[in-house]
Amino acid sequence: MKITKAEVGHVARLARLELTEEEQETFTGQMDAILAYVEKLNGLDTAGIIPTAHAVPMENAFREDEVVPSIGVDNALANAPDRVEGFFRVPKVIE
Amino acid sequence: MQYQAVIGLEVHVQLLTNTKIFCGCSTKFGASPNSQTCPVCLGMPGALPVLNKKVVEYAIRAGLATNCSIAQRSVFARKNYFYPDLPKGYQISQFELPICVNGHLDIEVDGKVKRIGITRIHMEEDAGKLVHGDVPGLGQGSGVDLNRACTPLLEVVSEPDIRSADEAVAYLKKLHQIVVYLGICDGNMEEGSFRCDANVSVMPVGSDKFGTRTETKNVNSFRFVKQAIEHEIERQIEVIEEGGRIVQETRLFDPNTGTTRSMRGKEEAHDYRYFPDPDLVPLVISADWVEDARLSLPELPEAKRARYLAELGLTAYDAEVLTASRELAEYFEACTALYPQAKSVANWVMGELTRALNEDGKGIADSRVTPQLLVDLLELIDKGTISGKIAKTVFDEMYKTGKAPAAIVAEKGLVQVSDTGEIERIIDQIMAANAGQVEEFRGGKEKVFGFFVGQVMRASKGKANPALVNEILLKKLKG
Repeated sequence: MKITKAEVGHVARLARLELTEEEQETFTGQMDAILAYVEKLNGLDTAGIIPTAHAVPMENAFREDEVVPSIGVDNALANAPDRVEGFFRVPKVIE
Repeated sequence: MQYQAVIGLEVHVQLLTNTKIFCGCSTKFGASPNSQTCPVCLGMPGALPVLNKKVVEYAIRAGLATNCSIAQRSVFARKNYFYPDLPKGYQISQFELPICVNGHLDIEVDGKVKRIGITRIHMEEDAGKLVHGDVPGLGQGSGVDLNRACTPLLEVVSEPDIRSADEAVAYLKKLHQIVVYLGICDGNMEEGSFRCDANVSVMPVGSDKFGTRTETKNVNSFRFVKQAIEHEIERQIEVIEEGGRIVQETRLFDPNTGTTRSMRGKEEAHDYRYFPDPDLVPLVISADWVEDARLSLPELPEAKRARYLAELGLTAYDAEVLTASRELAEYFEACTALYPQAKSVANWVMGELTRALNEDGKGIADSRVTPQLLVDLLELIDKGTISGKIAKTVFDEMYKTGKAPAAIVAEKGLVQVSDTGEIERIIDQIMAANAGQVEEFRGGKEKVFGFFVGQVMRASKGKANPALVNEILLKKLKG
């Protein structure tokens, strides 16, 4: 086994996903198969190869430090389920 | 048992760019909530971040000024966690390949120089701001303002080389001075432009095994850093002495009580699952780029102080005061470029000018007394046009009005009287009016001399050349 049901449960919790027992079983099996497949790569000699950080062979995409107009508060909040004044309103966050 | 504290600091430096790190929204402080946002910093699906080149330039400067190596290749990573001030559900940061590594700063505490290692400096975006309670209508909710989201930060991580609160403060002050000198941060701690998290642990003296550490968050003044660290050291020692164990946790400093307290249990949240951000391509920095940055660095305070001692012959104290801020140092240097007697300039800048500015709560940038005006004043003294004492009167007027000192002297009739005939005439009058004191002097009571000097200066409204007054008066009194 490449991954345990407990690990799947942990990752789901971190992602705030609620999985049923059954789903956990299913995903554990599926993820295990995926990991086993990807593990084939371990058979290759990768010494001296820089880890790939990006699929596109490109580097240094920059923008200059110039202000572009923002979209405005109403656009910013257009999809907000709840708002007060110019704020998004969310359930109380306890500090 | 005796304990030794072990401290490492993480400092967040907000960069002085016009725009955010991955989008063109303004970073101006104090705008109305969510008015400086766009799909990128709101975390809208499909919006793509593009790196602000200036952030990279500033990071390179910071790295060079703190003796770091600049990584030829660095990569942005996603730090995953959920919090309402973080719209994407991850923060774009750097993890395995930060832009700067292996630096150090030398600090001085109690006359001893100590080297504090800098593990790394990386670039990242700030989160938004949460408000609780102080907005009508929020009720039991919290408000989210994403203006600050995506503001560029550098995180400067020190090695656990710091052993006391005083060392921590010395390190922070030095780092603060450097980033402000570099012009990459405004250094405003109250507004959060320079904030510090302190990792503190204690171990028995002589041990080489660090204790469990706690992280105290967002301490926003040098004084609070000292208090927070001292309190945390004491607290940990107390827990251990009572047979307890230190729990690895995040703590919050409370400036009202000077103590720290445990924050939300976020053990699980520490599982950040970093991975390279597929939205951003790797950053490759050429040797030429680093070299250009090195050449464009301003002279840093440490180098300035050394130069002031060696070349200008100032005292260590003068050099320290004059380099405290880049503006003050540049003002001083603008003066010495026009007028080479550095010590006189230093005396006036640190004396009259600083006093006047402090009284008004102003900075050197607000001063009406330009370097040229101050130098003009010093030259008037050198030429004997005015005395050093009158110069202070002229200075006050110049400070208030920004008028040229020569104009003030002419306008107010402050030209020093160096005409010996005129001075003799005044002295004769005074001696005639104070025959008794003349007798006393001649009878051996030499203290009366001061009385005569005072009278002559008063009669001349302070304008008589003091050296000439002394000379002529002495001659005449001795008869």
